[in-house]
Amino acid sequence: MDYNLMREFADSWGLAAMALFFVGAIAFALRPGSRKLADEAARIPLEDE
Amino acid sequence: MKFGTQIFALGLFTFAALVAAGFGVDEPFRQHMWVLFFVLLGFVGILIRNTNFEVAAPIDPSAYMDGPIRYGAIATIFWGVVGMLVGVVIALQLAYPDLNIQPWFNFGRLRPLHTSGVVFAFGGNALLCTSLYVVQRTCRARLFGGDLGWFVFWGYQLFIVMAATGYLLGITESREYAEPEWYVDIWLTIVWVAYLILFLGTILKRKEPHIYVANWFYLSFIVTIAMLHVINNLSMPASFLGSKSYSAFSGVQDALTQWWYGHNAVGFFLTAGFLGMMYYFVPKQANRPVYSYRLSIVHFWAIIFLYIWAGPHHLHYTALPDWAQTLGMVFSIMLWMPSWGGMINGLMTLSGAWDKLRTDPIIRMMVMAIAFYGMSTFEGPMMSIKTVNSLSHYTDWTIGHVHSGALGWVGMISFGAIYFMVPKLWNRERLYSLRLVTWHFWLATLGIVVYAAVMWVSGIMQGLMWREYDEQGFLVYSFAETVAAMHPYYVMRAIGGAMYLSGTLIMAWNIGMTILGHQRQEEPMPGSVPALQPAE
Repeated sequence: MDYNLMREFADSWGLAAMALFFVGAIAFALRPGSRKLADEAARIPLEDE
Repeated sequence: MKFGTQIFALGLFTFAALVAAGFGVDEPFRQHMWVLFFVLLGFVGILIRNTNFEVAAPIDPSAYMDGPIRYGAIATIFWGVVGMLVGVVIALQLAYPDLNIQPWFNFGRLRPLHTSGVVFAFGGNALLCTSLYVVQRTCRARLFGGDLGWFVFWGYQLFIVMAATGYLLGITESREYAEPEWYVDIWLTIVWVAYLILFLGTILKRKEPHIYVANWFYLSFIVTIAMLHVINNLSMPASFLGSKSYSAFSGVQDALTQWWYGHNAVGFFLTAGFLGMMYYFVPKQANRPVYSYRLSIVHFWAIIFLYIWAGPHHLHYTALPDWAQTLGMVFSIMLWMPSWGGMINGLMTLSGAWDKLRTDPIIRMMVMAIAFYGMSTFEGPMMSIKTVNSLSHYTDWTIGHVHSGALGWVGMISFGAIYFMVPKLWNRERLYSLRLVTWHFWLATLGIVVYAAVMWVSGIMQGLMWREYDEQGFLVYSFAETVAAMHPYYVMRAIGGAMYLSGTLIMAWNIGMTILGHQRQEEPMPGSVPALQPAE
């Protein structure tokens, strides 16, 4: 596994995988219906003690 | 027997340190091992004096484990005072070179003591104790692994002592923010893996189904620092009983590895970790949920995916390939978005409760921290632009930028968290004095403003003097002339630093009195008690 091979992998499949994961994570965070769950999660620190 | 295994294991390590002190191949290593020997010997002595043979009381598994957090809060303040004091000393050394005391206390040895002291000792202890506080309370679970929390706390303090004494003895890898030599690095790796197990184990045994976002930030900080530390410190010791090692990388690869580490130490130690602090302590102190939980998730993933590529901007106009420099610059600029998203999220948490800014000096401290987070993460990407960098790099502007982030963001959010945590940890009704918090706030804020403003002027002047050509193409100023021109700014910088340090000393007094259970009799903060209306 030389430098060129790794470099080619990094700026093709590696880049695509990371970009897709990122977009997927954002889309999942903002998916319809997540607002209620998010509002509940936001209250976690306030509900102890 | 209480501490039985610990006394036995530490005794063995003490003996190993003695052997290493005897057989070390170079003088600094032998001296360093003597330091280690006496530190461990003292610790074993304390354990032996505190041992007893009674059956230990059973531990309540539903109660939070706050012992290491209490120690961590005290250690945070202690190392904060030490690290900032060394900072004022080296600021004065720059202004008055006669203050360099050879060989142990010259600028070259004290400077890493200051940076590691404030970043890893002060900031590290703040992250350690707040992360353990937050993870237990948001997972509603006791710390995982029994006494593992104590091992992590004391192991980390030993790392700090060994790193600090090593610098003074002249032992260094010369890698910025990663100066400790190979044997101290190995010890930190062990402690850090234990920290990861402690934190992750607590998350895994949580009773709350959702993992609160602060824990995501803390976890990313722990995992990334483990990765950065191990790769940046890949090296071969010249001798296993010596203080010298050689990096596995050479040339520009070594430089890039170093700044991949260095910038992500900023990104994941000084940013992600402290954002975890922000996402728990600001909602707690304001008693309102975070403005947008979904924005905090976006903030998290954007920071994770962008920060890791920004390191090459430290190597503009060097032997690093051009495309790598541009990559570093582009990712730095993209960081504007999550930084400002996060800042807005933190500030808007107070929407509808802005009056607290007037009545609650702890909230004021946190808001100032978030404001400086926004300010310094605006300045940083701007400085990473190549044309700006050609003026700013290697000048005092960089020093000013680092300090507005470190004093303004990291320092202020940590102070806010400590002020929130300490009365709860020691079951005190309130802090010793809120008025003293106000004093701390103003001293710290004015100190930063003086420091940062002076370094802007000094740095831009320095950069312009370096590039000033006359009409025949000769440089106008010699290097020594630029140094002489900066003297007044160096004096003013030391004054700004001393103001910040005095604020921290006030905090140490305030927290000390709170722990001892005192309450200062004082007028309440204006506006915090509703004014009584006269009867009609």
